[in-house]
Amino acid sequence: MINKVVDNIEKALDGVEGNMTFMVGGFGLSGIPENAIDALSKKDIFGLTCISNNAGVDDFGLGLLLKRKQIKKMISSYVGENAEFERQMLSGELEVNLIPQGSLAERCRAGGAGIPAFFTPAGYGTEVAEGKEVREYNGKLHILESALTADFAFVKAWKGDTAGNLIFKGTARNFNPLMAMAGKITVAEVEELVEAGELDPNQIHTPGIFVQRIFQGEKYEKRIEQRTVRTKE
Amino acid sequence: MALDKNQIAQRIAQELKHNTYVNLGIGIPTLVANYIPRGIDIEFQSENGVLGMGPFPFEGEEDPDLINAGKQTITTLSGAVLFDSATSFAMIRGKHVQITVLGAMEVSENGDIANWKIPGKMVKGMGGAMDLVASADNIIVAMMHTNRQGESKILKKCTLPITGVNCVKKVVTNLAVLEITQNGFKLLERAPGVSVEDIKNSTAADLIIEGEIPEMKF
Repeated sequence: MINKVVDNIEKALDGVEGNMTFMVGGFGLSGIPENAIDALSKKDIFGLTCISNNAGVDDFGLGLLLKRKQIKKMISSYVGENAEFERQMLSGELEVNLIPQGSLAERCRAGGAGIPAFFTPAGYGTEVAEGKEVREYNGKLHILESALTADFAFVKAWKGDTAGNLIFKGTARNFNPLMAMAGKITVAEVEELVEAGELDPNQIHTPGIFVQRIFQGEKYEKRIEQRTVRTKE
Repeated sequence: MALDKNQIAQRIAQELKHNTYVNLGIGIPTLVANYIPRGIDIEFQSENGVLGMGPFPFEGEEDPDLINAGKQTITTLSGAVLFDSATSFAMIRGKHVQITVLGAMEVSENGDIANWKIPGKMVKGMGGAMDLVASADNIIVAMMHTNRQGESKILKKCTLPITGVNCVKKVVTNLAVLEITQNGFKLLERAPGVSVEDIKNSTAADLIIEGEIPEMKF
């Protein structure tokens, strides 16, 4: 067993520098690596490129890095919940590359899977297709999308073991397993870290081979973006 | 009387066939789930990674690890399954999800849809919309017939940046049900009490009108 455990968040972030490209897991605020984001927002690193489906909210998630203007470029599919983001984007301070969500997921997966590019129908005929090769398959037009990789991928799982194997919970899985594959160094934080052998190998979502460092997060706020309930009749 | 948002959703629910997988977009489409006719079994997919989505949770039972693509707290039904985003869009691009219902800012007579960007004003991103409209064979748009300025959202050609080309099959608005044919918009039904003339007056695109146009039934 190759032990992936790092003792603390500082060791987990060893080697992060300005101008690097980071992948950050999560959908909205669900399944985001809260501890890594918090620690990154306290470091004096700037000029970052962040690949993340969303950009957090003003005071949580990637919004913390945006507030300090640590991010130079965002690659995302939807960024609607963050006023500071919109301000920086419309003023030109922040470079933004918006791409279809399925293409984003597949580009991360491809990056980790050794597939440099693929054709997808998503975005054909739209702004997204500008400058991209178009090819017809089965009578339908597709555009060429390239794989994404990152210097660091920060992901969050529910449970993990010392070998870096991960199990996610609910819809907090989302982009995390794909980004875990695509990081040169993948840092996984988990709610509960157990010894190798304690997780059922049949139930593991992300094999530890994709994870270079793992630690148990100190605390999780798990903020809910849109609390929606029904009343008992 | 023009329909309200719930009635638009109710009319769209009639389009859903038994034993199908359906993706509902944010806004009016989400309401469709409330009107599934008895005896029709539907599994709802949400592109952030759940199939078999159930109603909103009761107060106090919200789980931050269980949300839909609109980031709303949800529940799952028995038989539900959770998966990552790449698997989710494999279901979508691979046409395993059979029907997509989504909102729009504009629809054109050749089935183009615009719903993700107003240049210089609203730039939130396309989310999963471009993957969804490029994939499902049956795409139904739920929207108001006109925008807040009273201008038609049913156009000859979209003016806003488009989300997908040649993909919308049907549009249900507060005034009408329209089908997109080879030759453009065909008026299928009108909202109760709304005349064909009213619909023509609110529509910038040409309408194909054949015979008596029936009122929607609920």
